[in-house]
Amino acid sequence: MNPVSDLIRNLADQYGRNRHNLLPILQGVVEQEKYLSEFSMTEIARELDLPAADVYGTATFYSFLEHKKMGKYIIRVCKTITCSMKGKNQIMLAIEDMLKINVGETTPDGNFSLLQTNCLGFCHKAPAMLINNEVYTELTPEKVREILSSYLKKKGVHNDN
Amino acid sequence: MTTNYQLKRADFIFKNENDWEEVLSKNINRSPQELINELISSELKGRGGAGFPTGLKWKLSAEAVDETKYVICNADEGEPGTFKDREILSRVPFKVLTAMAVCGHVIGAKEGYIYLRGEYFFLQPELNKAIGEFEYYCKEINLDFKIRIFMGSGAYICGEETALFESMEGKRGEPRNKPPYPSSCGYMGKPTVINNVETLAHTFTIFKYGAKRFYDLGVQYSRGSKLFSVSGDTPKPGIYELELGMSLADFVDEFGDGDTKAVQVGGASGFLVPRKRFSETAIGFQGKLTGISLPTGGSMMLFNSSRSMFNVLDNYLEFFREESCGQCTPCRVGCQQLLKGIKAVKRGEKNAQYLDKLLRLAETMQYTAKCGLGQSVANSFSSIVENFREEMIY
Repeated sequence: MNPVSDLIRNLADQYGRNRHNLLPILQGVVEQEKYLSEFSMTEIARELDLPAADVYGTATFYSFLEHKKMGKYIIRVCKTITCSMKGKNQIMLAIEDMLKINVGETTPDGNFSLLQTNCLGFCHKAPAMLINNEVYTELTPEKVREILSSYLKKKGVHNDN
Repeated sequence: MTTNYQLKRADFIFKNENDWEEVLSKNINRSPQELINELISSELKGRGGAGFPTGLKWKLSAEAVDETKYVICNADEGEPGTFKDREILSRVPFKVLTAMAVCGHVIGAKEGYIYLRGEYFFLQPELNKAIGEFEYYCKEINLDFKIRIFMGSGAYICGEETALFESMEGKRGEPRNKPPYPSSCGYMGKPTVINNVETLAHTFTIFKYGAKRFYDLGVQYSRGSKLFSVSGDTPKPGIYELELGMSLADFVDEFGDGDTKAVQVGGASGFLVPRKRFSETAIGFQGKLTGISLPTGGSMMLFNSSRSMFNVLDNYLEFFREESCGQCTPCRVGCQQLLKGIKAVKRGEKNAQYLDKLLRLAETMQYTAKCGLGQSVANSFSSIVENFREEMIY
């Protein structure tokens, strides 16, 4: 049995098989898999007895439910007004330079994806970014390099894929 | 100048919450009618930005006849420049939980949800711990009320109450037509009270100290205090609790950097006020102070003279274009066209008069868009274009 199918069945057991349980199940799959593949979406549709188009429609509405394969760590840099005024571009440059990827791309080793996102709610500590669910604020290019280095040093990052 | 116009600090929201058990047990023994009256006489209005009278909201849901009702705390704080709800949930969660349970008692609901935005996932463990402790106490006093967290997944529009219900029901976060209103037909088609995090925290203050204590703060039509999220070009960004009704000039005196050119009141969906109008602008819900009075979810973004208002508007429109749910044409197409339009004017591909066309488009969106998102794009668009027209062109 495909491990994703197992995951989906477990999530459905945990949350229930009704339409209103769909979002937590989608989130659960993204948490594990980092994205929703077409296969996952059709599996969820089957498990919940919903039209696959409905699952796809819901899944693609939310910016945190990726439907493209993402890296192990998803970096989301806030691009809304205050972060933008307080040096978001320098932060982006520092990350792009260090990881050698552009916005929307994933490093070849599958460890990092770089995205921009709308207001993270840390305008008073701008600029801010999320790496998965961790928030980092009052960023400077130096600080960003330190943060990324600490992720790079984490055991298993390099030879994970 | 009367004292009403001055900036006055208040300290209720973040004051200790240690007596929540007492506030809860005392208030669930009062009659729903009494509690509703207390809220109505406090004149508390919703702190998410729209300013609907909270007492009336609870009353309408209490009057709806249904076995199943819901209390929902709207923690989908996504308005650019707003960050107060997170602070409330992380510093005084028990105030919010208590207020939800009292609301459940008033309207006859046994279930409550906190819709937490995906960006605040990191709050979840602490909040769940608080909920566990809270429910333990509820069991002790035989109060049947359960609270669960529902996580969002990164969609600004889900802060709109009916879009939030859709999202909780496992659908795309597309706002519904109103009426019917949530008080009769909300989550799962059941009567629902949906309040902003801060609104609930204020009801705690009211149930603890009585309506008068709250009513005595602020000015006519805008009673009580409010949390303001201050950011941008200011030497002291952060969260401040202030009485409503102050003039924007006083606010800028306190928080400006001495070179404030404009203040965005109420986030990207609010209004931009230029320097020449600071003294005639009051921060509150409505009313007949000297000049205009602005409703606000508490987002105050300051811009100094080094900032290009074109870049500011460009940033807002980019935001709206991405966050529009795409359901209704005025908002979906309008946001795109406004953004394309100002860029074309800036590049000289369209002449300056084209801005007037865009202003009319924004006005059309205000009348025809289905929900608050599309309707409010005109607020920032018109106030920026009208006050800083030359910056749009040159």
